[in-house]
Amino acid sequence: MALDSKVPQGPLKDKWTDYKNHINLVNPANKRHIDVIVVGTGLAGGSASATLAELGYNVKSFAYQDSPRRAHSIAAQGGINAAKNYQGDGDSTYRLFYDTVKGGDYRSREANVYRLAEVSANIIDQCVAQGVPFARDYGGLLDNRSFGGVLVSRTFYAKGQTGQQLLLGAYSAMNRQIARGKIEMFNRHEMLDVVVVDGKARGIIARNLVTGEIERHAAHAVVIASGGYGNVYFLSTNAMGSNVTAGWKVHKKGAYFANPCYTQIHPTCIPRSGDYQSKLTLMSESLRNDGRIWVPKNLEDVTAIREGKLKPTQLSEDQRDYYLERRYPAFGNLVPRDVASRAAKERCDAGFGVNATGEAVYLDFAASFERYGSEQAKIQGITNPSAAKIKELGQEIVRAKYGNLFQMYEKIVDENPYETPMMIYPAVHYTMGGVWVDYNLMTTIPGCYAIGEANFSDHGANRLGASALMQGLADGYFVLPYTIGDYLSDDIRTGKISTDTPEFDVAEKEVSERIAFFVNNKGTHSVDYYHKKLGKIMWDKCGMSRNKEGLEEAIEEISALRKDFWENVIVPGTATEYNEQLAKAGRVADFLELGELFAKDALVREESAGGHFREEHQTEDGEAKRMKEFQFVSAWEYKGEPKDAVLHKEALVYENIEVKERSYK
Amino acid sequence: MNLTLKIWRQKDSNSKGQMVDYKVTEISEHMSFLEMMDVLNEQLVNAGEEPVAFDHDCREGICGMCSMYINGEAHGPDRGVTTCQLHMRMFKDGDTITIEPFRAAAFPVIKDLVVDRSAFDRIQHSGGYISVNTSGNTQDANSIPIAKQAADQAMDAATCIGCGACVATCKNSSAMLFVGAKVSQYALLPQGQVEAADRVKNMVAQMDLEGFGNCTNTGACEVECPKGISLDNIARMNRELMKASI
Repeated sequence: MALDSKVPQGPLKDKWTDYKNHINLVNPANKRHIDVIVVGTGLAGGSASATLAELGYNVKSFAYQDSPRRAHSIAAQGGINAAKNYQGDGDSTYRLFYDTVKGGDYRSREANVYRLAEVSANIIDQCVAQGVPFARDYGGLLDNRSFGGVLVSRTFYAKGQTGQQLLLGAYSAMNRQIARGKIEMFNRHEMLDVVVVDGKARGIIARNLVTGEIERHAAHAVVIASGGYGNVYFLSTNAMGSNVTAGWKVHKKGAYFANPCYTQIHPTCIPRSGDYQSKLTLMSESLRNDGRIWVPKNLEDVTAIREGKLKPTQLSEDQRDYYLERRYPAFGNLVPRDVASRAAKERCDAGFGVNATGEAVYLDFAASFERYGSEQAKIQGITNPSAAKIKELGQEIVRAKYGNLFQMYEKIVDENPYETPMMIYPAVHYTMGGVWVDYNLMTTIPGCYAIGEANFSDHGANRLGASALMQGLADGYFVLPYTIGDYLSDDIRTGKISTDTPEFDVAEKEVSERIAFFVNNKGTHSVDYYHKKLGKIMWDKCGMSRNKEGLEEAIEEISALRKDFWENVIVPGTATEYNEQLAKAGRVADFLELGELFAKDALVREESAGGHFREEHQTEDGEAKRMKEFQFVSAWEYKGEPKDAVLHKEALVYENIEVKERSYK
Repeated sequence: MNLTLKIWRQKDSNSKGQMVDYKVTEISEHMSFLEMMDVLNEQLVNAGEEPVAFDHDCREGICGMCSMYINGEAHGPDRGVTTCQLHMRMFKDGDTITIEPFRAAAFPVIKDLVVDRSAFDRIQHSGGYISVNTSGNTQDANSIPIAKQAADQAMDAATCIGCGACVATCKNSSAMLFVGAKVSQYALLPQGQVEAADRVKNMVAQMDLEGFGNCTNTGACEVECPKGISLDNIARMNRELMKASI
């Protein structure tokens, strides 16, 4: 099948408006007879469910958690971008569009990104009307902060809990519709397959995670809003239950999977402390505004620090290597995420990592304490302040800005970051790749849509800070409700979709057989054993930097591990009860397939772009080198084993933006 | 460190449960409490036994999914944290740790340490929202200034993660801190005024219907709340209810 992005004709700024003026609508009386399934209740799925129900469709929403409010969007800290230009600093729809395309290293689709920028301002209006308590200034107006190296202040926030507040807003909109009976909510349910009838998505097979019952659900359209696949690495900042299963199942039924190798590895996370570690914790990017990143210059000092014989505070300035400031004098500690992460890895690989695992660098606030402290002493009229007084005054300022993050760090690491530098290391955080969608957010299966992090569409090869929340809500509140109507206008005479058809029979049988296999297999290794092994291959060979040899090894190793898994995995308990190991077995089985496709995608992409860094494609001083001939989206078609997947290319055309070099020196 | 765990095991909501003893060894003080539980479960799976079921997801203290009653305290002995943020350095070698589910009539046990908190969702369905369509055709976000103090207080109330520690801790199994936080968030904002009277009446009625107890001002909920939700929210809810009833 040839890829058709269905981008409307006409000038960029008129595309979305013209599109909306010319699509087919469904009259309100007919909407009552049309059902839509939404899988996932994060910002994208929650906002889509609420809006579709308001419009009059009958919505069935699914979440694996015990409440829609717990989806992992809730953990987003920093903020949400919107081109409001409340600060009068020159922001505009075009600038947000431009920053997003450039930040994505020129690997996203112009028309989608422009539409995202266009609807961004509306998101803020909508959220305020819903009662989202954004931060305000003393005049009572909305406050903004800067984020991710852009030149304007366009980030709206609610303390360090912006994702939580936006999700609770979408959840409240859902609650209103659940109360009216327009959304039927299925908590603790997991989608295990999509059902395609006559070439169209017409329902799903889901498992009730409490009773183990396999259920059939029919609808006129299916929306996948199940988030990203960062947990393919085992360790990530994702929630423990975050998984690729919904996206992978639609892929296996005909939806192309785009750019799986584009992963964002966030530079400031708390390092691993041991093999038992289950999850990594992010420390907001905002810390890099005031912290300086360094490792010791000499290897002897590294050894002494690891052995506990030397404290980092005992090293003088000339014994420290502030490697970001050294390599990137123009941007220093504020280089973008992909660049900062790779630089930390480079130092640790060279043996300069400062903790027992050798995977940690320092984030040091001592200079900020002194800078803020001296300023405060002047403001407060303290003459000849002592060094201790300056530090104390400076710490108060830092505490006011980042107090909750410092406290979180201390709870986890048990070290006081006011007295000794923080230790940080990069961690998997977000996946730009996902299910391929056209301008309508429809996958290559008619009637099957993918929104939010689950799709690939807006962030190219690297996502800017505070843009994930924007995209989730844009897709769910303002884009999908239009585009899905155009599709459903053909379904007004279809009538109720039956679940009593051969297609549902086959899909249910496949799901049941797989579950039966897991609980009956007399294996030797737990699900986590395989998940951890997969994670290690992914991290070592498909992580922050990749090369041909490593990727080829990864493909072989993952394939062998998958074979081992299907022979030797053990899942305790039965299929007809609450069984978390069973649920996880299915998720890991899908990760074991995705992981191989991921490596294959990374192998084929013979360039470095954004989060994808191929060692063979770098400049003389070790920077990412993009290749003109790879200016396309890789969309993979399922053909059985991941190694047999067929590549389709969607060429990326830039008519409104000049493709330039990204330099931070 | 080596520990003895006394854990509540219950096959499903219809079966009778009991406390069962387990031993775990070589637990690092840097582990989180749930990582210690992972070690136990891996041990059980490898021995061919059923692992202990417990709710958890984000493991960074924000989703509100984790919910254990550890040594008689919701989310364990530390303050201002959820169970997933609790670390083993709060315990010492040789300790015996008692682990139970959140207990309340309105939170029936699903399995082991997993409880059903859907009563909280139903309370929200009864009024935990502002009736505005998500059409995008609302007025500009800055058209109604909101005093910073009110916005900040609304934010403090909205910080609630809906974990249910307040209910589990309360000797009356009262949900007033949870409901008070939601009522307060909207009551403090101009957008919430239009429906304020109906909202508080409906949410309180649903709370009673779900079988939560009443508040006798012991303040235990505020102490155990991982997000530091203040008792002021209960007072505000009562005031709102009074206002709505006269």
